[in-house]
Amino acid sequence: MVWSFISRTRGRNRFDLTDWLTWGYLIFGILLMFGPVLWVAMSSFKTDAALSEYPPTFLPLSPQTVMVEGYDEPLPLYEITGGEYEGRTLAQIRRIGLNAQMVDPQAPGERLNVSINDREPAREFSVAWGNYTQLFERFNFMQYFWNSAFITVVATIITVIFNSMAAFALAKYKFRGRTVVFLLIIATLMIPPTINLVPIYLVVNELGIVNSPWGVIWPAVATPTGVFLLRQYMLTIPDDLLDAARMDHASEWRVYWRIVLPLAAPAIAVLVIFSVMWRWNEFLWPLIVLTRSEEFTLQLALNAFQGDLQTSWSGLLAMTVLTLLPITIIFALLQKNITAGIAQSGVK
Amino acid sequence: MVNPLNQAAQFGYRTAFGLFEVPMAGAQRLIGIGRIAWLFLLPNLVIFGLFTFLPIILNFFYATTGSDAILLSQRPYVGAENFASLLSCDNYLDPNSCRRDIFWRAIYNTSWFVVLQVGFMILFSLLTALILNRDIPFRGFFRGVFFYPVLLSPVVVALIWKWILQRYGVLNAGLEGVGLPTVNWLISADWAFFWVIFVSIWAHMGFYTLILLAGLQAIPSDVYEAAEMDGASRWRVFSRITMPLLMPTMVVVLVLSLIRAVQAFDEIFVLTGGGPGTATTLILQYIYETGFASRPQLFGLAAAASILMAVVLLVLTLLQLRATRSQAEG
Repeated sequence: MVWSFISRTRGRNRFDLTDWLTWGYLIFGILLMFGPVLWVAMSSFKTDAALSEYPPTFLPLSPQTVMVEGYDEPLPLYEITGGEYEGRTLAQIRRIGLNAQMVDPQAPGERLNVSINDREPAREFSVAWGNYTQLFERFNFMQYFWNSAFITVVATIITVIFNSMAAFALAKYKFRGRTVVFLLIIATLMIPPTINLVPIYLVVNELGIVNSPWGVIWPAVATPTGVFLLRQYMLTIPDDLLDAARMDHASEWRVYWRIVLPLAAPAIAVLVIFSVMWRWNEFLWPLIVLTRSEEFTLQLALNAFQGDLQTSWSGLLAMTVLTLLPITIIFALLQKNITAGIAQSGVK
Repeated sequence: MVNPLNQAAQFGYRTAFGLFEVPMAGAQRLIGIGRIAWLFLLPNLVIFGLFTFLPIILNFFYATTGSDAILLSQRPYVGAENFASLLSCDNYLDPNSCRRDIFWRAIYNTSWFVVLQVGFMILFSLLTALILNRDIPFRGFFRGVFFYPVLLSPVVVALIWKWILQRYGVLNAGLEGVGLPTVNWLISADWAFFWVIFVSIWAHMGFYTLILLAGLQAIPSDVYEAAEMDGASRWRVFSRITMPLLMPTMVVVLVLSLIRAVQAFDEIFVLTGGGPGTATTLILQYIYETGFASRPQLFGLAAAASILMAVVLLVLTLLQLRATRSQAEG
């Protein structure tokens, strides 16, 4: 059943070479695209001891330890794979050259000598939730999350309002200079902020919003993409609807807010998705504007921790997973809308 | 069904409307309906003016002044000195002979990066789009698979690969498992450059795949049916029908990816920090470090370098305009 579905071919009844290559490529694609993310997710549940194991295991397995009577520290457990004590599980007291001094946890009195080639560390499945809880206890994760969320949400709301206002003016009014303004806005598509870093920094500095989330929000809220996207959509809204409202003495603001905006919801949804993606993932500009660690976004905090040798991978991996989680969830829910929106508008 | 969240959202929406309605209606009475459009345009124009158009002009002021002061009034005029300093080289093929050797290294790195990254990314995007365009089950799912990394933040992308490529990472363990030699990937200059290109293809190819797929699906199926009737071979169909009809989309993809590759920074900065040495330092990282990360902050030099980058981008954008226009006409 399943096989006949997978091996379905168009018009031909044989599963030929190109079909094999296609499926080979697709399966390789799944491994290559999801594999690294899955690997990081699995690693983020490993204890520090498991993370430093080489070669690494896929599942979060930890070297087992045991408390043995007469010893103050927990001793590492080993499975004995050969020699006199084959098949037993022993605890190691110390290693002397090529031999290990071991003890049976059940019979702690007797010391046994085992060749180090005859033993394998005993592992147990253990999920290190501590990697995640330490983010909240030691790493100030909530602060960074809040900074990122604040910038993303506020910038997106302002972006939608400002851009839809401009789009409304350009789509629904005839006035002198309309074409010029429209061309001017489209022209900004050709001026990426990366070529203006120094002077934008001066403007932000003069406005006194360096080291403030507003220094990240304000420069980004007027997007040519957003204006263009919304204007094209609003052109399809019939003018009769607007005129009918005006007959009822609705102000222009009411026409915009109560009629045009709700009708432009599909285009606004696309802009919201883009804006959330842009702001949540933004890196270079926040890196320039936000220099105090209390103001860091998640991306900046991740970058700062990875450059800091004091930070262990266990915390970094857990933080990476928590940072990619919101976008992953949004993607899982809205996959169709996102890919359709991007394919139609050709922007990212 | 009454959804409390929905109700709250509607309440917020109405309140926001009420907040602005009175001043906006007042403004409408004051300036008349004929000029109300400008009021709607105002917020956007102010932002564009402050953060896009004004900075273009200011950029030239910075590029022609010296010192590490951010305020223009405190910066002495130096003429073209910043440009001259960037462009002074005994031999343009040898960065060591240049006064700003890192700038030239960054230019060479960026040139190689642009050629290799864009070339291979388009190749793989096209291959993937062709495969996704076949009549396969779960097509939506597979499209999502290749698109997923596009949504990940550059920092996350870099950390994922850093974890895989580290000395005792899973890649080296796998190589050792099959008896191949291991490499300290990000410490070796050539390998680091390879991985920088690989990771940035991995992160961005889904976007271009999607655009190419849309281009492929826009090709009418009757063209293919006619070719099938004539018994044309697969290669012939591909080279004589698919490629020519896909060309306009390919050009758009090419120019878009070129523009982005010239400005590549985020993933690479986190993955390698531009290293080892300056092996993976690209032009935007040079601008960032000259203007912001190092002391004294050489704003003038950074502005001059960004103007040079802007010239390249302008040429590419004009190419894009021509390409989109010919696509719209064709």
